[in-house]
Amino acid sequence: MKRFRRHGQESHRDRIKQELYGFNKTVEHGFPHQPSALVFSPSLQLLAIGTRSGAIKLYGAPGVEFMGLHDENAAVTQVHFLPQQVDLVTLLDDNSLHMWTLRAHHGVSELLETGRFTLTGPPGAPPSVTRVTAVLTHSSGDMLFLGTEGGHVFVVEVPGFRELEERNISLENVTNSLPEDYGGRRILEHVESLQENPVNPRQVLIGYGRGIMVIWDLERHSAVKHIPATQQLESVWWTEDGGHVLSSHSDGSYCRWMVAGEGTQSEPEKSEVPYGHFPCKAISKIIQLPTEQGPPFLFLSGGMPRASYGDRHCISVIHSKTHVALDFTSRIIDFFVIRDGPDHIGDPSALVVLVEEELVVIDLQTEGWPVIQTPYLVPLHCSAITCSHHVSAIPLKMWERVLSAGALQNTHYSKKPWPITGGQNLSPDAPQRDLLLTGHEDGTVRFWDASGVCLYPMYKLSTAGVFLTDAEPNEPNMNQCTEGEWPPFRKVGCFDPYSDDPRLGIQKIHLCKYSGYLTVAGTAGQILVLELNDEAAEQTVEATVADLLQGQESFRWKGHTRLEVREEPVTFPPGFQPFSLVQCQPPAVVTALTLHSEWKLVTFGTSHGFGLYDYQQKSNVLVRCTLNPSDQLAMEGPLSRVKSIKKSLRQSFRRIRRSRVSLRKHHVNSAAKVQEANARLEAELAEMELAPVQRKIEARSSDDSFTGLVRTLYFADTFLSDSSHHTPSLWAGTNGGSVFAYQLRLPPVERRSEDPVYANPAKEIQLMHRAPVVGIVVLDGHGSPLPEPLEVAHDLARSADMQGCHQLLVISEEQFKVFTLPKVSAKMKLKLTAIDGSRVRRVGVAWFGSSRSEDYGESGLTVLTNQGDLHVVSLPGVKLQVQYPCIRREDVSGIASCVFTKHGQGFYLISPSEFERFSLSTCCVVEPRSLVEVPSQTPGTTLPRAQPDGPSVAHRNSTRDTDDVAVLQEIQKSLEGYQPTFLENNVKSALAGGKVLTNGD
Amino acid sequence: MNKHHRVPSNRTLSSVEVKSKFGAEFRRFSLDRSKPGRFDEFYGLLQHVHRIPNVDLLVGYADVHGDLLPINNNDNYHKAISVASPLLRLFLQRKEEADYSAFGTDSLTRPKKTVLAAVLLRPDANRKKPPVIISLPRDFRPVSSIIDVDILPETHRRVRLYKHGQEKPLGFYIRDGSSVRVTPQGLEKVPGIFISRMVPGGLAESTGLLAVNDEVLEVNGIEVQGKSLDQVTDMMIANSHNLIVTVKPANQRNNIIRSSGGGGGAASGSSGRSSDSGASFYGYFTPGAAIVTTPAHIIQNFHPEELESDEDEEDLVIEADGEALPIPRAASASCSMPSLPRYEPHLNLRSTANGALASSTGSLSTVSTPDRGLEGRSLEEDGTLITL
Repeated sequence: MKRFRRHGQESHRDRIKQELYGFNKTVEHGFPHQPSALVFSPSLQLLAIGTRSGAIKLYGAPGVEFMGLHDENAAVTQVHFLPQQVDLVTLLDDNSLHMWTLRAHHGVSELLETGRFTLTGPPGAPPSVTRVTAVLTHSSGDMLFLGTEGGHVFVVEVPGFRELEERNISLENVTNSLPEDYGGRRILEHVESLQENPVNPRQVLIGYGRGIMVIWDLERHSAVKHIPATQQLESVWWTEDGGHVLSSHSDGSYCRWMVAGEGTQSEPEKSEVPYGHFPCKAISKIIQLPTEQGPPFLFLSGGMPRASYGDRHCISVIHSKTHVALDFTSRIIDFFVIRDGPDHIGDPSALVVLVEEELVVIDLQTEGWPVIQTPYLVPLHCSAITCSHHVSAIPLKMWERVLSAGALQNTHYSKKPWPITGGQNLSPDAPQRDLLLTGHEDGTVRFWDASGVCLYPMYKLSTAGVFLTDAEPNEPNMNQCTEGEWPPFRKVGCFDPYSDDPRLGIQKIHLCKYSGYLTVAGTAGQILVLELNDEAAEQTVEATVADLLQGQESFRWKGHTRLEVREEPVTFPPGFQPFSLVQCQPPAVVTALTLHSEWKLVTFGTSHGFGLYDYQQKSNVLVRCTLNPSDQLAMEGPLSRVKSIKKSLRQSFRRIRRSRVSLRKHHVNSAAKVQEANARLEAELAEMELAPVQRKIEARSSDDSFTGLVRTLYFADTFLSDSSHHTPSLWAGTNGGSVFAYQLRLPPVERRSEDPVYANPAKEIQLMHRAPVVGIVVLDGHGSPLPEPLEVAHDLARSADMQGCHQLLVISEEQFKVFTLPKVSAKMKLKLTAIDGSRVRRVGVAWFGSSRSEDYGESGLTVLTNQGDLHVVSLPGVKLQVQYPCIRREDVSGIASCVFTKHGQGFYLISPSEFERFSLSTCCVVEPRSLVEVPSQTPGTTLPRAQPDGPSVAHRNSTRDTDDVAVLQEIQKSLEGYQPTFLENNVKSALAGGKVLTNGD
Repeated sequence: MNKHHRVPSNRTLSSVEVKSKFGAEFRRFSLDRSKPGRFDEFYGLLQHVHRIPNVDLLVGYADVHGDLLPINNNDNYHKAISVASPLLRLFLQRKEEADYSAFGTDSLTRPKKTVLAAVLLRPDANRKKPPVIISLPRDFRPVSSIIDVDILPETHRRVRLYKHGQEKPLGFYIRDGSSVRVTPQGLEKVPGIFISRMVPGGLAESTGLLAVNDEVLEVNGIEVQGKSLDQVTDMMIANSHNLIVTVKPANQRNNIIRSSGGGGGAASGSSGRSSDSGASFYGYFTPGAAIVTTPAHIIQNFHPEELESDEDEEDLVIEADGEALPIPRAASASCSMPSLPRYEPHLNLRSTANGALASSTGSLSTVSTPDRGLEGRSLEEDGTLITL
């Protein structure tokens, strides 16, 4: 009987779990890693990017995003849209062709692979015969021309990939039609380019690597004309009127050829080396576009003088007398030009350039050709990301202030709207305003609008101005080009991976969304407290030194020195302005940071100890050394020589051994290079067999390295010393499994600026398992985590229950342990490592709303382990709820970069430049939902909106959080004068109507 | 209990606070940690501060795990000084009245009891103990045992290593490897985890129960198959205070032959048994004693319920007054995941539930101490009320 009932309860719990938790990777933010191909469909207004890892990504209007991944792990070398269709063809490194289509399903388009194809040559032919080098999607939309390395052109019917052998243009056909003096197939080489005559779809131009171009008539199946260029061919462009062909060459020249009339033209109409005289690099792509009135636009990629500017990545834009060489900071992958007009055949309006690390769009219709800020594909990594911090539900007032501060920074951008407008974004409006803050190596903090599918840059804060560095305090003006310089360079793009001083790097960020106080901490032990100010201000930043060693002798800091602070007042633009600075001594990297805006306190920790700083009075309240005197590594600073020498010795020994092995092999058989490489690989494997990786099994002791490193800091108003009075308290957890608790005494508000703040040690807990403490949370009488500071004051959270007993939750890398308060005694725990060998890497507190009933929700801990698994642990019961594999365990930097939101979502870096967004909650999902329709031939008609499916509508609006949260947000919205457009939202989400629930609130 | 309201002591690293109790009297003094001196000097000092110059004393101290350990030579005296943090608590007894059983070193069997209760509840005078003991068995701690012999296949061995309170390193390394398994498809090579190296003088080596190339099958009841080397490493370290590894020994010749029933031929002198679930090896735990015993003979049988009872080690809490106390567990149940099937064949032949103890000491939960089968191991009470 009993057992039966328990079973029933369990299944009930299982149902609740299903309603609360669900794992989805929803969207990738940022810039794709290692892009390799770019294409634009003027009819769809979509751009597609292929990457070296085989991903294909489509972008249209902001919020319209699609992603596909080839099963083959090969680079995408070319992407082509089929004209006037929603299909596209990709060519991979392994010579396979793939057909993708955007299929509408429940009113939402999905990117699907619909077919694959590999050219098969005649039996016995070398692979080069079928190795595809050029692809042309014919304007008829049902033919694909594939030029190959062997010089043949194969014709394939699409979308079915049926070879039309009788239409193939073989090398023999072409050579036979050539005059005698061009004879011999040797001179033709591979097919470099295939172009269709813009005015006559019967004619196709085949450009061969050696330079010769042949215009082929598809119906007569014969050559119409030869263009006898003599230089190695790089690209070909057929002008819009069909009258000329432009060819660009490897020597940095381009030629214009007349194609009207029959017969062979022996000389180009015009031949020019734009950056002339001295040898130049190849012009890899050339485009010429006419304007309605006036001279055409000419776009050239490359062609720089080899000796002096051969390392520049340039695109030259020449229009009338204006000639600019746009100078990018990374390699150019490809570019295209967007044209005005309903049929996209008007004046060029924007130049879109994909370089290796960013997408740059240049407004060609505004004076000075300013850059248009991209709403997506933003290079997150313009300086390497060193940390990130997420703040949910930003109050409107604060949001607007940050936006306006950001707007002042973006005056150099074009005012033009984003030119790529394909597809319809059907995602519901973001339920709340979320900020993602990223700290960067160059000392900047970037604020991103993370509310929706597009991670949009809002504001950039630079902390370098506070310090004396080699860098110029004012950024050099990007738009300036020096007078009379040739080539006329202009720097564009913001990718700048070079940091002037690594000590400036931001390591920890904490923002109070209610008060506008921000604290950031960096690599050289610097902690800045900043306040949001709408006016520019000139002020001196007062520095306070916190000596964390507390007179520990025998200490030698071998690391970097402290940053030097500017003595004179510094002018800070509107935005977050620093007013206080704490510098840790020794200047080790800050490992933990927390701000309490209500108490006006900041606490920080390093590997040596932690401190408490009163930013109202600008004084240190407490400094505590946590250093273990026997901890040599921590004593010596960040560059642990002991370890590195050992390591490098081991590595060099290995290298020597390896080279000996391979030498021996080399003597035995002097085989080809491939074999040698194989042998080396084998030797390496053999070596691994001989000396396998070993792991030492040893209990942790207090003498281990970095036991004093402060991992987590926490403020709580709780019952620390007796159960009748709650007081402010500070909690610190270390790498050695210690927890320190301090009781804080704050003066009354009216005396806050005069009377000192006191911190008295109250408790110390040493976890016997000595695992690093990564999180501390105090649970109130109801078992809920304590609210954030000022949250209650702003009526946005239920105040903590001070009647019942508080509990202390200590999260170590190995276990979750609940203690009673004020008397600390173990109440319950959940072991992780002892059971499955994984360790907690990241932990956050989140609220999970139920997808079924609006008034139900639970708090839980979101946990990421070193195995890359995500767990949800219930509160206050600390029971494992769900587990999902998320990140590969080898992806250490991805795991380390993970940040959780307060509503069960999270972000982690999948490459230096991309955040993957995931959701653990069933009712808080941000994902792209968009529709792309087959372009209609009659321009100007609006796309019909999809009608919602009748029955599914009723379920769609049940996707809100519990009423608690909803009500709170209602209050927030009404406080901010925000009119919730529920009707609109519901209609939109009804339209969306997919299988995954969208986020209500 | 525990109502000290003293100023927080400055726990400097250089000096050790000593609180010495003799009968009902307390003395407090401090010692220089760096220069503790010799044991006989210390002994004299104790006699001096307690003003009992001619009384023969048995000196004991409470270590961090709550064990009452003896101080009777330079080595264990220095050890006591070095581990005292922040306070060294001493308990002096007259030698003739001394209750050796109080030196219950193995706190593993009494995890829910503080040592003070054990000491203070001890009857003072009415227990007669043999005055001369050549070697105190209670000075020995179990260091390892073979357990679950009756439920495991003969080819496997489940070894428990007692790291608790040990100075010795666990002392072994593991590696990836491959082993051959019999599957329905025939023989198959599968990845496995193996012991790759033993640290000379380490706990693992000294037991003789583990050897290089033994395949690790389970860690504390969790199968390691499918887990990475790092995962298994972390599991072992997380369980290092009470590590139970199930191995398939590389050398299969020394396996316990269950059917033999008597002693004989087993590895490291362990004997086969028919009914016992395991064998414990007791090694010497304090570095200062005279003999280094080989863990060769079985002293007592091992109770498997210890596997569970030891799951929860006690974290140390230092309150503002500077006292170190092991955390008593609150009454509510621990929810640690059960890792091993509970197996209790010998549990509680005689339970010494202690009413007075329960009623008088609020936070000390009453425990029914499992009888360990040794005379004098169980606690008795004389109604003394204690406050700490």
